[in-house]
Amino acid sequence: MPQTNGNGHAVAQTYVGTRTVRPDGVDKVTGRARFGADFSLPGQLVGRVLRSPHAHARIVAIDTSRAEQLPGVKAVVTRDDFPDQSSEFIPAGEMLINYRDVVRNVLAREKVLYEGHPVAAVAATSVAIAKRALKLIDVQYEVLPHVIDVVEAMRPDAPLLHEDLYTAGVEPKPAKPSNVAKRVEISLGDIEAGFAKADVIVEREFTTQPVHQGYIEPHAAVASVSEDGSTEIWCSTQGHFIVRAHCARLLGLDIGKVRVTASEIGGGFGGKTVVYLEPLAVALSKKAKRPVKMVMSREEVFKASGPTSGAHIKVKMGATKDGRFVAGYAELRYQAGAFQGSPVQPGVMCAYAPYDIENVKVIGYDVVSNRPKVAAYRAPGAPISEFAVESVVDELAKKLEIDPVELRLQNAAREGTKAAYGPKFGPIGLVDTLHAVEKTNQYTTPLGEWQGRGVASGFWFNIGGETCASLTVNEDGTVSLMAGTPDIGGLRASLAMVAADELGVPYEKVRPIIGDTGSLGFNFLTGGSRSCFSGAMAIVEAAKEIKADLCARAAKLWDLKADQVEFKDGHVRATGAGADKHTPMSVADFAKVAGKTGGPIGGYGRINAQGAGPSFGTHLVDLEVDPETGRVTILRYTVAQDAGKAIHPSYVEGQYQGGAAQGIGWALNEEYIYGADGKLQNAGFLDYRMPVASDLPMIDAILVEVPNPRHPYGVRGVGETPIVPPMAAIANAIERATGIRFTDLPISPPKVLKALRERGLNHPKNGS
Amino acid sequence: MAKHHVTATVNGDEVEFLCETEETLLDVLRDTLTLTGSKEGCSSGDCGACSVTLDGRLVCSCLVLGCEVGGRRIETIEGMAKGETLHPLQRKFLEHAALQCGICTPGVLVAARSLLERDPDPSETEVRYWLAGNLCRCTGYDKIIKAVMDTAAELRRR
Amino acid sequence: MRYEAPDSLDTAVALLAGARGDARVLAGGTDLLVQMRADILDPELIVDIKKIPETRAVTQEKGGWRIGAAVSGAELKEHGALKKAWPGVVEAANLIGSTQVQGRATLGGNLCNGSPAADSVPALIAAGAVATVAGPKGRRDIPVEDVMLGPRKLALEKGEILVSFLLPPRPKGSGDAYLRFIPRTEMDIAVVGAGVSLTADGAGKITAARVSLGAVAAKVLLVPAAAQAIVGSSLDRAAQDRLEAAARAACQPIDDKRGTVEFRIQVAGVLARRAALIALERARTS
Repeated sequence: MPQTNGNGHAVAQTYVGTRTVRPDGVDKVTGRARFGADFSLPGQLVGRVLRSPHAHARIVAIDTSRAEQLPGVKAVVTRDDFPDQSSEFIPAGEMLINYRDVVRNVLAREKVLYEGHPVAAVAATSVAIAKRALKLIDVQYEVLPHVIDVVEAMRPDAPLLHEDLYTAGVEPKPAKPSNVAKRVEISLGDIEAGFAKADVIVEREFTTQPVHQGYIEPHAAVASVSEDGSTEIWCSTQGHFIVRAHCARLLGLDIGKVRVTASEIGGGFGGKTVVYLEPLAVALSKKAKRPVKMVMSREEVFKASGPTSGAHIKVKMGATKDGRFVAGYAELRYQAGAFQGSPVQPGVMCAYAPYDIENVKVIGYDVVSNRPKVAAYRAPGAPISEFAVESVVDELAKKLEIDPVELRLQNAAREGTKAAYGPKFGPIGLVDTLHAVEKTNQYTTPLGEWQGRGVASGFWFNIGGETCASLTVNEDGTVSLMAGTPDIGGLRASLAMVAADELGVPYEKVRPIIGDTGSLGFNFLTGGSRSCFSGAMAIVEAAKEIKADLCARAAKLWDLKADQVEFKDGHVRATGAGADKHTPMSVADFAKVAGKTGGPIGGYGRINAQGAGPSFGTHLVDLEVDPETGRVTILRYTVAQDAGKAIHPSYVEGQYQGGAAQGIGWALNEEYIYGADGKLQNAGFLDYRMPVASDLPMIDAILVEVPNPRHPYGVRGVGETPIVPPMAAIANAIERATGIRFTDLPISPPKVLKALRERGLNHPKNGS
Repeated sequence: MAKHHVTATVNGDEVEFLCETEETLLDVLRDTLTLTGSKEGCSSGDCGACSVTLDGRLVCSCLVLGCEVGGRRIETIEGMAKGETLHPLQRKFLEHAALQCGICTPGVLVAARSLLERDPDPSETEVRYWLAGNLCRCTGYDKIIKAVMDTAAELRRR
Repeated sequence: MRYEAPDSLDTAVALLAGARGDARVLAGGTDLLVQMRADILDPELIVDIKKIPETRAVTQEKGGWRIGAAVSGAELKEHGALKKAWPGVVEAANLIGSTQVQGRATLGGNLCNGSPAADSVPALIAAGAVATVAGPKGRRDIPVEDVMLGPRKLALEKGEILVSFLLPPRPKGSGDAYLRFIPRTEMDIAVVGAGVSLTADGAGKITAARVSLGAVAAKVLLVPAAAQAIVGSSLDRAAQDRLEAAARAACQPIDDKRGTVEFRIQVAGVLARRAALIALERARTS
């Protein structure tokens, strides 16, 4: 049955909205699918990285001569093998990248800025030789005092990471450099006037720790450079066009000479939108004249790939006694790691986005410190700021004696609400998600002793961006689909479904692949929850080209004018009088006569996708606290989120469940633990505690669909919003269970037990 | 130091390989035997992505030395399907969308098969605790557990 | 790096005794391989003891149980009679790591790795287990509580191998239990571990007990005062309070990435009490 959404695109939906089996699935359940480390080239060398043992030090000298002389070592690279880069900000995902910082993060130049910072790399004929070679590289360091904590790093007397870093966004420009890279601010209305109107004000401070994306697949890359500079890279990445751009830029290569193939990717969540090993592998291969394969160990992943920021947050909110929010203020201090670029800007923009508040002021600071440079992590910046705001909203609800869902409904952003960060919202689904949660069985199930229920909402903008995709009709009527954004978790299924419906061909006849950088025009990376949103749009454009072409061919065949044929329900049909003289022709019919009617049949979508619609979600959690140990057990969890249109409901549900699980880990147990020496103490899955199967219950996923009128299928990105609400939902539930408001993540057992003991509460009410 | 010469059975086939003492079974499977279905997620036995069975016992191949497996029987993900016929677990995982990125999937499938061979009727809790050593970062485990329980139910009906 | 897999204890002892560099025993490998991969250990010689029959056997001896040092946790779990007699010891061994780790990890390795947070050790100490060790000078028996002297420090001489554990005969009305605190539900190193083994008479009064605490000191502790606190009682509230206090008083923990001093002391008392209650319940129904 044809379905039309807001922007008038009408196509019979046989597949879209159903739960097909993904086309890349068999390879994934048989072990055949090739991830980053599964690829090898003949003659390849093993590459390994020498990393700084210090949190902060000046590099006095690097001597690689002994390593170079070791038999079996074919190349050694240091900062001398990478030309310096000037300062230039380019967008990558939701963050801005400065190449001067990128080249220094890839290999340290003047200083090492975190334990694990790469200093040199070797390529050798075996792992054992590579390891020995690293030990033969002599680096002289002048160890410097380090600073880890964000508030500490902002002090005027803190150890300075960059002598040329002056806080941007303040007037006048500061006289002295500092660790504060940037100050940002958004405001709406008059914040003081707003607080003056408030009957109830809640003011709180919060802290969060850096948490890692935690992908199970470590970074991996294989590079092969020919004598003429042609470069092939195979790597696990969320953006192979970005890898191409970075490698070309860092090594002075023509972009067209670099061809990057994205392997299957074993998780990214934003952490694989940057380069670490790829430029090193290319530089080594260029020197060694042989392919070089590099894979990170788990320890390297934790120590040297970007987690997200830890932060210090102040929130102050005012409401009238009947529950109207009148003022929302926040100060966010995010640490960026060794180089500037924390996601404080999106954090600032998202903090109050779920609400219609007249008076908002949010200030943010981007602060460097001696930790690995942060990388994007699923809705970067928003989980932190919204954790704080959603916790305060809950406190307001309690103070006002209004149900927390009702309070949110009263103040929810709706169509037409002007967001504090700028735009007016189109149709959005926050209210729907709140109602969906209220209607669940979970919402009214009675709870027992030491159990609590918490709710929180969340928002992420989502993006569109540059996207190219192609559809090719093969001689037998099958359709080859090529997309350009790595498939992190079900994209190929969704795009194949869209293509199948667009062209009226069976789903099984559409074979999707992710093309390499040589096969398509520029594609921005898989991030910002854009790959299905933009990819589907590009496929629609590609299909339009095919449909127009087939109509033209039919018109010629049938000797009709262009406006006397149309493509409908998978067939070109004649319209108007005498239409039944011409048998409708399907795509497969045309495939058989392609050559005779003009040549190969194909379409290409090249767009800069606009109109990404925000996705709002509301989470509901029931949990139990063991008062004698402080351990929190999640009993029940529901996610309700607006997908606009769920192309493949199972994979949309999967995003809700996966993001919620990451948020649960962030709330309860995940954190980077540093010693006083600035070194990471828990660089492994044993002590970096991510949720395991027995930690979680089933996670109920409610698909709300408020179509995005600017997308042919109504799609909204869904991947990132699910990680935004869990931390506050859990903190709110723990408050209901214990009467204690926890403001420092993770809310781990020692913290909970300490707080319970301080209040004499660490006993079960009925003694056992 | 001369390498060890080892003969073992992998997925029903006799294999022969050379390995250094410090090479793990995972290294041998992936690098020497080019069976890259078992994955290296941590090399410390904390993620389960390298799961195989050794004489029918579920283990992490990163915690077994290559030179220990002489004369032993190893089953990896590559041996789970029989010709073109997927194991019911593999089929159910696809039906239930119990994988997103798929990196943990081989390890989870090997572990789940080991469970169902021992216990045809596990409770949800038992499945979760059995699979606690298989980290998944994408799915939140929900659909994985459902797929395993659904498979168990189907196998019981046979 | 050499690897040897002798099938006789004498050969294994001779290999270890004669090694010039660092030589390690390989049982399950779930600690050794991790440490080798992390470049913490670089042994010259690995002696795999799994081909030595004595290390792999579970037999009844003089009314008690002799468990080979290289029997895996999973194998212990499948041994119905042993599990019935010593549920605490078997459950402790099966809390180590994951299902995959339990498929390989052994009681011998868990003890000889020398971590005060080892899961099976408090259960073995509470059970009154005695380790049989074979070395160049012959065999000797060491109560398990005397084997680990401190983190990574054992009371074993060069060339000595832990061969097996002897669990004493179980009087009627006995039960044991092991509990640990971890922040997740699985996969963590114990922040606190408590093993309790006790015997109760027909009226439910405890006539004998042993209490052991792990991860709260430089070695796994046997806490006689905690046992005394409950002998003669039926674990009424007062006895439970005494037990908690005695357990806490014995702790000398550290602050580390897994827990604070305060937390460990507090939870040690809670777990000792909870483990004792389970052990008593098992004693009642045994």
